[in-house]
Amino acid sequence: MNTADAYEIVVGLEVHARLLTASKLFCGDSAAYGAEPNTHVSPITLAHPGTLPKMNSQAIESAIKMGLACHCRIEQENYFARKNYFYPDLPKGYQVSQHTTPICEGGHVTIRTSAGEKNVRLNRIHLEEDAGKSLHDIDPDNTCIDLNRAGTPLIEIVTEPDIRSAEEAFAYVTEVRKLVQYLGVCDGNMEEGSLRCDANISVRKKGDPKLGTRVEVKNLNSVRNIKRAVEYEAARLIQMCEAGETIRQQTRSFDAGNGTTFAIRDKEDADDYRYFPEPDLTPFSLTDDFIHSIRETLPELPAAKAERYITQLQLSAYDAQVITDEKTFADYFETLTTHTSYYKQAANWMLGPVKTWLNDQQCAITEFPLKPAALAALITITAENKVSFSQASGKLFTLLTGQPEADPLQLAEQNNLLQESDAAGIEALVDQALAKFPDKVAEYRKGKKGLLALFVGEVMKLSKGKADPKMTNELVTKKLKSES
Amino acid sequence: MFAYSSIEQYHAQLQEGQVDCVRAVLHYTARIRETASLNAFIEVYEAEALDRARQLDAKRQAGAPMGKLHGVVIALKDVICYKDHKVSAASGILENFTSIYSATAVERLLQEDAIIIGNCNCDEFAMGSTNENSSYGPVRNAADPERVPGGSSGGSAVAVQSGCCMVSLGTDTGGSVRQPADFCGIIGMKPTYGRISRYGVIAYASSFDQIGIFGNNIPDVAQVLQVIAGADEFDSTLSQKPVEDYPALLQTGKKYRFAWLREALEHPSLDPAIASAIKEKIESLRKEGHTVEPVEFDMLEYIVPAYYILTTAEASSNLSRYDGVRFGHRTQQPGLDLTEFYKQNRAEGFGKEVKRRIMLGTFVLSAGYYDAYFTRAQKVRNLIRQRTEQIFAQYDFILLPTSPSTAFKIGEKTKDPIEMYLADIYTVMANLAGIPAIALPLFKHPNGLPFGLQVMANRFQELPLLEVSAQLMRR
Repeated sequence: MNTADAYEIVVGLEVHARLLTASKLFCGDSAAYGAEPNTHVSPITLAHPGTLPKMNSQAIESAIKMGLACHCRIEQENYFARKNYFYPDLPKGYQVSQHTTPICEGGHVTIRTSAGEKNVRLNRIHLEEDAGKSLHDIDPDNTCIDLNRAGTPLIEIVTEPDIRSAEEAFAYVTEVRKLVQYLGVCDGNMEEGSLRCDANISVRKKGDPKLGTRVEVKNLNSVRNIKRAVEYEAARLIQMCEAGETIRQQTRSFDAGNGTTFAIRDKEDADDYRYFPEPDLTPFSLTDDFIHSIRETLPELPAAKAERYITQLQLSAYDAQVITDEKTFADYFETLTTHTSYYKQAANWMLGPVKTWLNDQQCAITEFPLKPAALAALITITAENKVSFSQASGKLFTLLTGQPEADPLQLAEQNNLLQESDAAGIEALVDQALAKFPDKVAEYRKGKKGLLALFVGEVMKLSKGKADPKMTNELVTKKLKSES
Repeated sequence: MFAYSSIEQYHAQLQEGQVDCVRAVLHYTARIRETASLNAFIEVYEAEALDRARQLDAKRQAGAPMGKLHGVVIALKDVICYKDHKVSAASGILENFTSIYSATAVERLLQEDAIIIGNCNCDEFAMGSTNENSSYGPVRNAADPERVPGGSSGGSAVAVQSGCCMVSLGTDTGGSVRQPADFCGIIGMKPTYGRISRYGVIAYASSFDQIGIFGNNIPDVAQVLQVIAGADEFDSTLSQKPVEDYPALLQTGKKYRFAWLREALEHPSLDPAIASAIKEKIESLRKEGHTVEPVEFDMLEYIVPAYYILTTAEASSNLSRYDGVRFGHRTQQPGLDLTEFYKQNRAEGFGKEVKRRIMLGTFVLSAGYYDAYFTRAQKVRNLIRQRTEQIFAQYDFILLPTSPSTAFKIGEKTKDPIEMYLADIYTVMANLAGIPAIALPLFKHPNGLPFGLQVMANRFQELPLLEVSAQLMRR
């Protein structure tokens, strides 16, 4: 047995999701990403003397939405606490967070891996404000501070140590990302730091009921890097155990360049954050009615949507899954199904030509030039045999993406791509084809039925690919039979 | 010659053309110069105040309606932010800091045509009971310049006491308006916590701080309160209760139910002359037909410790923002790492008492001590709230001394901080309970110094508190 197989990997994940609110958690400054440094900074963000926080109720609603989607219990009596520490990008010298009363407790997220479905239990989801950014690479002698991000609202989603592999970690973050996107509470963009993940990783001998000493790995800025980091760190910890080394509680950072982790600090001299209730914000109560009203606004979540595609649109489980993976992709498909009832074909088009095109162009579905209605028209004329699938998904599709306002049928006509399905016209071509190969016709009649494909192919060639293949097949067979 | 008695009379004189705002401002700026040795003001906005007075005079003479505080000359404690004016909380850490916005209370004063004449000296970050902890030096009591004016709003109190403005604003976290009013012989009112926006008030202890008003008569105080009180979207701890029209509603001649705390009047630290003056007052109130009864209050010895634990805890966190990164004092020492940079900025910028309270607050919030100190102090605070509620279920007001002594000599009590803290015994109760309280200058001590009576009412009972105060001030 492989040494690694003797160990069990135990992972807990903390995901920070930046909420898509217009303004910051405790002031009216814009919470938008990507502005010029220090332009979203009122006296409140700058923590000028005398300023006070004011609560953004939209952030509370977003946190509750996520909690309901994850089957959490919603805490009705809430208050914020101050987490005190000094850092240049923390203007007040404390972070306002929900230390003792997270707004959501318990709950779970269902993940799918090669081993099937599994529920990853959540410990909590709580609201907190983000810090600003320290920029170390602008000035050679100084660290620069950008406080645009300071005070933007986050939810921190914390799992129980239920994750047992890198694959599960990958599946979990993928699922959380999907959920926040479907709920519209976070854009899920990991490159821009809208979704950030820290992993608490430990290993133990299989069957050992005690958890091993955990190591926290930070700076995981893509779903793939989470998988890589868990793989690397678990292997490193197993190696240390095998070598009889003591594992110390540590915070480490992932280096995406070489796929390794390195220590930032030991947790032994842990900071004392001196948490206490934030006196500048009054505690807030959430009524059953309020929570219920938010539940009413929850959109259809990815799992339910996939299920509906399977049962109502008769899509395969695989297709339904892939279509619902990205909310924007699913949204497009959803609109598409309002313009055509060829659902199965629509799914094939989305996962075939459309996906290929997006990959080639390196762009997102939101940048796809064809409106769902136009794509639906293309799907419909193909399904109705007006254009062959190969012509439609090839030349016509390319033409259409270049002139997305054009009517697909007219465009096919203009470019002579309509499928020939006029029996008389095809019959003439069949005659031509058979006349070209008298020997082969004789052979066929003697029983060499495999030659049918040759005649059909010739008809297709003569029609420049426009002849309806099914009709051609029938007419060739009929002709060969009748003249024997 | 300009003589001031009340806003009402001043407004009548303005309308009759007997005085104008410019003359009022010139009178006060001259007076401020005459009393400069009291060190009550940090900065006087002379030119600006005169400009505003001219504008107000022109506006009024053109027939425009007068704001409620038209031409009223007001001084601000140096913890209240006023856009484009310096504000430092009398601390070296905010030397040369200019506020980029105005406190809600200041905006409301200006909307009603008030004239801000200057900002007043105080104890650094409002921490102190003598106004000796100021980077601008001590303030002197106009009744006796060798004595302290009380604190922390000592400058604001002396500004009114010495006739340098009509009314002034201070802040009261544990008695910082009432105690200097008591020492200076003027009125000092602290409204209910949550009545006046704290937005733009440099925080000492967030769940205690409240703007207070100094004045010479109750209608003036009522008018200023009516203007600055009430909901503000920038302070979420404020009450949404509508503000009553205090000046219009003031009525006197009612009969009230007063409680007095036996333990307070029999406390060994209380000056016997103060105790007997208040006992006499109690007797005379009874004779006038009011109900005046002693009640038991067995928590007196816990209130000063609970107060100092909770306020220093909040202060230690509130003052973390003064780190020299974005504004305020920054050390000139080169080559420091980040931690040294913070330490040096704060070591150079803060004064001794502020450092003491940051240390205390950091200690009581530390892991391992939190439950023993912070949690217990919170319990004491809850018990005090409950007990005061119980008293107010039976009585309209509680009568107390404001301070156990009259104003003491400068330097007399600076050596022993504990002794100094214990002098807050009668004032911190109102801040712990969040109730309104007022210091009324009713008496004169055999030593010649003024002192007064403190009256406390239940939460948001400002109107009856002002009514009873007017009644008490009348005789």
